[in-house]
Amino acid sequence: MSDSNPNRAYFGDFGGQFVPEILLPALDQLEQAFLDAQQDPEFQREFTDLLKHYLGRPTPLSLCQNLPLVSPNGTKIYFKREDLLHGGAHKTNQVLGQALLAKRMGKHRIIAETGAGQHGTATALACALLGLDCTIYMGAKDVERQQPNVFRMQLMGAKVIPVDSGSGTLKDAVNEAMRDWTASYASTHYLLGTAAGPHPFPTIVREFHRMIGAEAKAQMIERAGRLPDEVIACVGGGSNAIGMFAEFIDEPGVQLVGVEPAGKGVETHHHGATLTAGKPGILHGCRSYIMQTEEGQIEESYSVSAGLDYPGVGPQHAHLKSIGRARYESVTDDEALAAFKLVAEKEGIIPALESAHAVAYALRRAAEPDAPEILLVNMSGRGDKDIDHVRKIFAQQAAGGQS
Amino acid sequence: MSRYQAMFKHLDEQHQGALVPFVTLGDPDRATSLNIIRSLIAGGADALELGLPFSDPVADGPTIQKAAIRALTAGVSQADCFDIIATIRAEHPQLPIGLLVYANLVVSNGAQAFYQRCQQAGVDSVLIADVPVREGEHFNTLARSYGIAPIYIAPPDASAERLGQVAANSEGYVYLLSRAGVTGADATLQAPAERVISALKAANSAPPLLGFGISTPEHVQAAIAAGAAGAISGSAVVKIIEQHLHQPAHMYAALEQFVASLKAATNKP
Repeated sequence: MSDSNPNRAYFGDFGGQFVPEILLPALDQLEQAFLDAQQDPEFQREFTDLLKHYLGRPTPLSLCQNLPLVSPNGTKIYFKREDLLHGGAHKTNQVLGQALLAKRMGKHRIIAETGAGQHGTATALACALLGLDCTIYMGAKDVERQQPNVFRMQLMGAKVIPVDSGSGTLKDAVNEAMRDWTASYASTHYLLGTAAGPHPFPTIVREFHRMIGAEAKAQMIERAGRLPDEVIACVGGGSNAIGMFAEFIDEPGVQLVGVEPAGKGVETHHHGATLTAGKPGILHGCRSYIMQTEEGQIEESYSVSAGLDYPGVGPQHAHLKSIGRARYESVTDDEALAAFKLVAEKEGIIPALESAHAVAYALRRAAEPDAPEILLVNMSGRGDKDIDHVRKIFAQQAAGGQS
Repeated sequence: MSRYQAMFKHLDEQHQGALVPFVTLGDPDRATSLNIIRSLIAGGADALELGLPFSDPVADGPTIQKAAIRALTAGVSQADCFDIIATIRAEHPQLPIGLLVYANLVVSNGAQAFYQRCQQAGVDSVLIADVPVREGEHFNTLARSYGIAPIYIAPPDASAERLGQVAANSEGYVYLLSRAGVTGADATLQAPAERVISALKAANSAPPLLGFGISTPEHVQAAIAAGAAGAISGSAVVKIIEQHLHQPAHMYAALEQFVASLKAATNKP
């Protein structure tokens, strides 16, 4: 195709393709490959086989046995267990999808950005499995902070390139991956890690995560005999949330709730609550909400959870917010850490710090006087990766408490 | 007649191509930046391409990224940048001045206000590095209503159809890429394909200026020999700033001399 339908690139006022002119043919090629693959039974069979036999889908739906502790209306909380997926989080779903698309396009080199290393690890494992050359851009600060993940990626054959331009964190890793792509698009696929970026990425990432919500919907009907009242998921870039929401958007009885990281508080400069406290702008290829200064310089985000630490957000979330179809709440570091501990103690599940944000909101909601009967929470990842980090924080808190 | 048209007409009469240096506004600070731009003009710049510093410049290589960081670290604001432009405009009423920006700087406080500010400062053209023609309509309309020429980039591997769109939407000049990738000074220049230049001409394009990797007089000569109306040199110029950060007098002299050496290579045979 020579030009994509501009409407397909947008979610209301958000989305688009704000990239250097030179990248448009690569985006068009990707869109076409994706549309073809969606219609191709052979592609779907290969993808579904990998999801089932390699990743372990479908993932279970667990009804919390002991949580919530406080609930005037006897609210039930269900977890969609993406934490049990190979790779430790939902991320592997869409990474495998995109890696298969890259092969379909004859591109054998993959580049990706990573913050703490979760998307990089998922990309590295997919590339190892499918025989693709893998280069991961990672902020230099993050490389220092996340040595075990760097080693994981390298074990699986990825080349990890530290990025020391800008703030040396996730947004700079995205910039560097885009710079690489403007030179390498002919042979290289940029495997973007979240439901943001230029069209068609937000759509591709959503569709390759759609099974999260689709499975959960069927499981809810089977287990509870009806749909949940609220579907809750954490939002950084927004991929696990949009994968969870997609099948529920057209169910008017189901409320959609995205939970953003309030860090040290949305009134401080140390948070990542883009939809709550940012304003519309253009970053990394799309028009969406962005954390920015008065003059439009991009601000650094902050969260105890590296996976939510991004100053932008997927454009479909911006749209769902603007039309009032989803609401976006925020949860502080302290609330997320408390939920992390509580889920471990009461349910025997150590959640990712990202997912702990969604749980923290569900617990808050369940305690409210008008709490609904059933909350469905996407347990987007497991907390093994966070153990050291959280242990240090708890140790510091204990030491601080004594002094 | 626009300033670009007047410049190209004048250069044609002299049998010369255009030499357009690029620097980041406010690099390394407001006062030095103004003197830097004056040095470029003293060296013989036919027009200027000036960048607004942005925190996340995805189309730029390391040299220009560092320039943006220097300016932002020095606390340079958009108002400072437009003040620099207005000062240069007052000193050189006929000199074409192009602005190179990223989209978020244009939209953050309303694109209309941005173009109005450009007009007030005396800017002739605006190129938004991360707005392709496909996303450009809204920006074009606003730009034209304030008398600002929208500029788009012609990629080296673009189809004739896409080059036609670039030509149709650009006024003043077309920014012709010598190669894929981001900005940066290269050892060897990849001259543009004749196909690209002839496709632009066939589409009645504004004159194409070749950019990316222009760092020697030979590169400028090669650009003009290949049919470009001139050359834009950015990273090589900014590199001189970087090398003389603590000796401004040397910096100004070196910049003037470098621009003069590139300008001398614009004579057509």
